[in-house]
Amino acid sequence: MSVFGRPADEELDPTRPLVPTGNLRRRHAVSRIVQALAIAAALGAVAVLVIVIWAVVSHGAKAISWEFLTSGYPNGVAPYIVGTAEIVAIATLMAMPVGVLIALFLSEYAGRRWTRPVQLVLDVMNGLPSIIIAVFIFALLVAHQGQSGFKASIALAIIEVPLIARGTQEVLNLVPGHQREAADALGVARWRSILTIILPAASGGIVTATLLSVARAAGETAPVLLINSLAKGDTIQLNPFQEIPNVPVRIFQLSEEANPEGFTEAWGLSLILIAIILALGLSSRALLNRSKRKMSR
Amino acid sequence: MSATPPAGTASLKLARSNRQSPARKRADRFGDLALFLVCAAAALLALLVIVLIAKEVIEGAQPAISKFGLSFVTNTEWAPPLEKFGGEGVILGTLITSAMALAIGAPVAISIGIFLALLAPASVRNVISPLVEMLAAIPSVILGFWGLLILGPVLVSTIEPFLHSTFGFIPLFGEPQTTGNSVFNAGLILTIMVIPIIASVSRDLFMAVPRELQDGAAALGSTRWEVIRGVVLPSTVSGMTAACLLGLGRALGEAIAVAQVIGGATESHLSLFRPGGTMASLIALQFNSAVSQLHTSSLYYLAALLLVIGIASNLLASWIGQRFGGAGGVMR
Repeated sequence: MSVFGRPADEELDPTRPLVPTGNLRRRHAVSRIVQALAIAAALGAVAVLVIVIWAVVSHGAKAISWEFLTSGYPNGVAPYIVGTAEIVAIATLMAMPVGVLIALFLSEYAGRRWTRPVQLVLDVMNGLPSIIIAVFIFALLVAHQGQSGFKASIALAIIEVPLIARGTQEVLNLVPGHQREAADALGVARWRSILTIILPAASGGIVTATLLSVARAAGETAPVLLINSLAKGDTIQLNPFQEIPNVPVRIFQLSEEANPEGFTEAWGLSLILIAIILALGLSSRALLNRSKRKMSR
Repeated sequence: MSATPPAGTASLKLARSNRQSPARKRADRFGDLALFLVCAAAALLALLVIVLIAKEVIEGAQPAISKFGLSFVTNTEWAPPLEKFGGEGVILGTLITSAMALAIGAPVAISIGIFLALLAPASVRNVISPLVEMLAAIPSVILGFWGLLILGPVLVSTIEPFLHSTFGFIPLFGEPQTTGNSVFNAGLILTIMVIPIIASVSRDLFMAVPRELQDGAAALGSTRWEVIRGVVLPSTVSGMTAACLLGLGRALGEAIAVAQVIGGATESHLSLFRPGGTMASLIALQFNSAVSQLHTSSLYYLAALLLVIGIASNLLASWIGQRFGGAGGVMR
């Protein structure tokens, strides 16, 4: 007989410490190695993030100056930043109502029968490569009538809708059922309780989902590249039915030219874009935590 | 307890206001119907957009489909001036880069999921989780730009020569080129994009595995790893497969970052270290400068193929989730 892998012929020494031997030791070693690998993988991912962000910050900081931020092509980038803000704002104005309504349909009306198909449509829409949405809008609107910022907004809206719908649906499911039942018991009509009780309770989550989708849309390049890439960027373009200069396409075009000065400008633009996107992401996270706390109270 | 209002004016008023007037009833009936119709219309709009996308893309591809048929997939030559279009080079490039992204990315991402869900204390998890998600928030154009200027030179000066001299007998690890623009670079960039997607899904999966099952296995004498291998991983296989399909969809369809780092070649080859192309990146690079009707149409053909693959992998992921998700009993 052996206890803890100790050979049987060895004399039993009660003061001997209980250390694993033999097979158990091997199993512990394997377990420890695997855990170390898992930690290494997580650290690796964080390291990649740090390396990329560090490259953008250290190269981009050299480009940033007051003139860079406020003037147009060829010395500054103001028109691109304003243009991207414009395109994304229009896209979000279109996508938000549709996304919220789809989420309402899923959580309030769809029932068992319709939830799955609608969910599937959203998943497919979410999984569509952005280049395909770009090609689609090109074929539908650009091929015969030419480019414009508004058409790029439509493409970005298609990208945003499933994100907003899914985020909204998640918070709608968190709205406590007894609030609905209380409204029903008081004889409040369904649409009134949805608009005055359920939607306001979910408003924090809706804003969070919208901010996240804005962050995603701001960095989307493929749609704007195919639909809205001809603007030169020497002046700020406020008319959405013209080509609008914008950040992602500018970065892409600069990266295709082998020009060191262009690279510096692209790093500067990257820094601005990444700062905006990370700020949006962080604020949406803070908002989500706050509204979740409020709801669970 | 003594604060009950006298059964007088206040409650009577409430009762009267609660008795609904016909006008209010009519408004409610109309409001209910209107809100339902608007919501249903929004859902229908989403479906309509998908159908329209399929229709427009396939219509655009029609000339190329009727000219080349299915042999488009196996033709190797892509020469716009000669009106010759074959997709084999970029289809192969798409498969190689995506396979590389999944082969490296999936194990790493699942390890990250294990670490975040099962090993890390809550304080560490709350720091690392957002950081990993932040990786997904970096725009592809910036990641591609970084790959072009920072990663590419490193690869070409150190890693590619090393891999070539060690594994050069495998055709994948061919002769390194002078520029960092290569299929290898694109594969690595896609790996970086795929990891946060799979990691956050698998983290959520692992966190949903019931605590009692893990504790039970541990009580029977399993080590940490044996609990993971014996309980956690088997009960989440279907979810992880779906997560990998999600990542695959992202890798297949990424156009911009790949276009920046892959070099924009179209010939068909297996070497990782030569410039190449993928379906999505070729569309991004050539769509605006297409030289002929047939050229544009061939790019539509590539988009149609991507669309079919994308929808198929989504449906497959959803089917796996439905077919195997509930069956195990362990998963929710």
